[in-house]
Amino acid sequence: MIQLDNLTKVFDTPKGAVVASDHISMEVPSGEICILLGPSGCGKTTTLKMINRIVKPTSGKVFINGEDTTDMNTQDLRRNIGYVIQQIGLFPNMTIEENITIVPKLLGWDKAKYKARARDMMAMISMEPDAFLKRFPSELSGGQQQRIGVARALAADPPVMLMDEPFGAIDPINRAVIQDEFLKMQQELNKTIMFVSHDIDEAIKMGDKVAIFREGKLVQYSSPDDLLAAPKNEFVESFLGEDRALKRLNLVKVQEVVSDEIGSVKPSDTLEAALARMEDYGYQSAILMINEQRQPVGLVTRATARTTKGYCRDHYENVPATVYLDDDLRKVASIMFAQDATWLPCVDDRGYVCGQITQRAITHHLGSRYRAREAVSRHSDSVIKE
Amino acid sequence: MPIQSMKGALRGFLLVVIFCAGVWTQSSGIIEEFLWYLPDVEYLAIQHLWLTAISGGLAILVAIPLGILLSRPSMTRWAESLMQVLNIGTTIPTLAVLALSMSFLGIGSVPAIFGLFVATLLPIARNTYAGLKGVDAALMEAAAGIGMSPTQRLLKVELPNALYVIFAGMRTALTINVGTVPLAFLIGAGGLGELIFTGIDLYDPVMMLAGAIPTALLAIVVDALIATTAFLVVPRGVNPARP
Repeated sequence: MIQLDNLTKVFDTPKGAVVASDHISMEVPSGEICILLGPSGCGKTTTLKMINRIVKPTSGKVFINGEDTTDMNTQDLRRNIGYVIQQIGLFPNMTIEENITIVPKLLGWDKAKYKARARDMMAMISMEPDAFLKRFPSELSGGQQQRIGVARALAADPPVMLMDEPFGAIDPINRAVIQDEFLKMQQELNKTIMFVSHDIDEAIKMGDKVAIFREGKLVQYSSPDDLLAAPKNEFVESFLGEDRALKRLNLVKVQEVVSDEIGSVKPSDTLEAALARMEDYGYQSAILMINEQRQPVGLVTRATARTTKGYCRDHYENVPATVYLDDDLRKVASIMFAQDATWLPCVDDRGYVCGQITQRAITHHLGSRYRAREAVSRHSDSVIKE
Repeated sequence: MPIQSMKGALRGFLLVVIFCAGVWTQSSGIIEEFLWYLPDVEYLAIQHLWLTAISGGLAILVAIPLGILLSRPSMTRWAESLMQVLNIGTTIPTLAVLALSMSFLGIGSVPAIFGLFVATLLPIARNTYAGLKGVDAALMEAAAGIGMSPTQRLLKVELPNALYVIFAGMRTALTINVGTVPLAFLIGAGGLGELIFTGIDLYDPVMMLAGAIPTALLAIVVDALIATTAFLVVPRGVNPARP
């Protein structure tokens, strides 16, 4: 757990005092990722760097797991906080192994233990130990270097991590991969993480909580979904962007919106029966055909059923797409737009049909959550001191 | 291939020229004259190297800590002005430095060593300072952020990463030192300058060359020696010579 209590930084500049962080009070619960988000110069990085005293606070306190860090020795404090920076900062004079084991060595681990740890870390970041440990940072790609940067920060297994735009300098494709890997690691490691970003999409993807900063002040601190559903003021609204409803699609899984009521036909049904079932369920265009194992095998269109006689198995079309229960709504919406479909069949992990998702259900879900959350988030925001 | 045949022709021509030069030097007896100076050259070269080793060694011992000291964050306010003083010091010709040190310390090897020491000190201190200041700020932040003490940062991050630049400074300084030692003869410290200046005074080109050629060779050897040391000592990851 990381707690900030009225943390303040005032820089003396030739032009006068500049308040970089203004009485920031917030709490990151254990095992959660908190994203500090805001435009450049908003104080998010200063706030982060006051936690490990790269920037010395003017006033205020930092608590880690309930312990006041004010009187802690700076070096001891830092050795127990993982630190990842955008520029990566691997030491070019050291091998990958030396880079990863540096904090364990500072903490006085014995040789066998830190050597084994280096191999474990490499396995954790999915890099081959034998191929990389003896190489130097300059021989690695940017993405590989940042993986090592994360491994170095995690090597001594600190309970808390600070990450300053860690994936900012990596190309978009690699960035998405590393983000996914990192989230997967976090599921096992359960570190308490503060993470600076200026990328709203990254914040929504990575954060359990998002803190929006503006001109040194904490403007809003809530879960990504609350943030998108109920931005506190115009600044947050404009920072999140006009398409914030679409960004929420990322956060909702199919299983939250899926309707298990789905009419279907079997290959052995007649087209007349299919037409009748379409009428029953009120389907305008087509009905799904499933086999004995409830796997989707085809679509019988209304036009076919009305004009043709025979069995469904002889007159069906291919299913354009199916979605899984774990997929997010952004993917679903994308498929719907691409296929010009208003509904899609949903399948579980085994590929069995378990329901359908409709455009109406999606819009209704987003809308109802927006309306319901508005009152809740008003309440939770009042906890944050102005 | 006209270019290749040109190259071949040139090479053949050069061989003929070198052969002719060899024949001429042999017939003119210059080689024998040179050999006549060999015991002198041997004695003076050792003296020469001693002057370089003592003045250069002292300069390294003083200049590297000085450069480190100036690069410390607590010295930021003074460092630039002090570096300016050193820069101005560098512009004073070595001959003038030798003359000045002679006026205070008399003649002999002590003033010579002092003068050479001053001339050698500056490039090494400057490169040490610049090398340490040039270490990427992100590396320093990472080093601090993972909990290294200032001393650990200096020894494990700053110095290894600045080492190549520091060695470049030593290389320049010591090569110049070897080339400057002949001037020390003028204030009575010996060295290969004895043959060079006496040769000039007596209008004896062979004697002069007997001093000049070994001096040049020594400079090349010292340069190669330091380059090799740098190659071996500078960590592979930050050594441009070791890809």
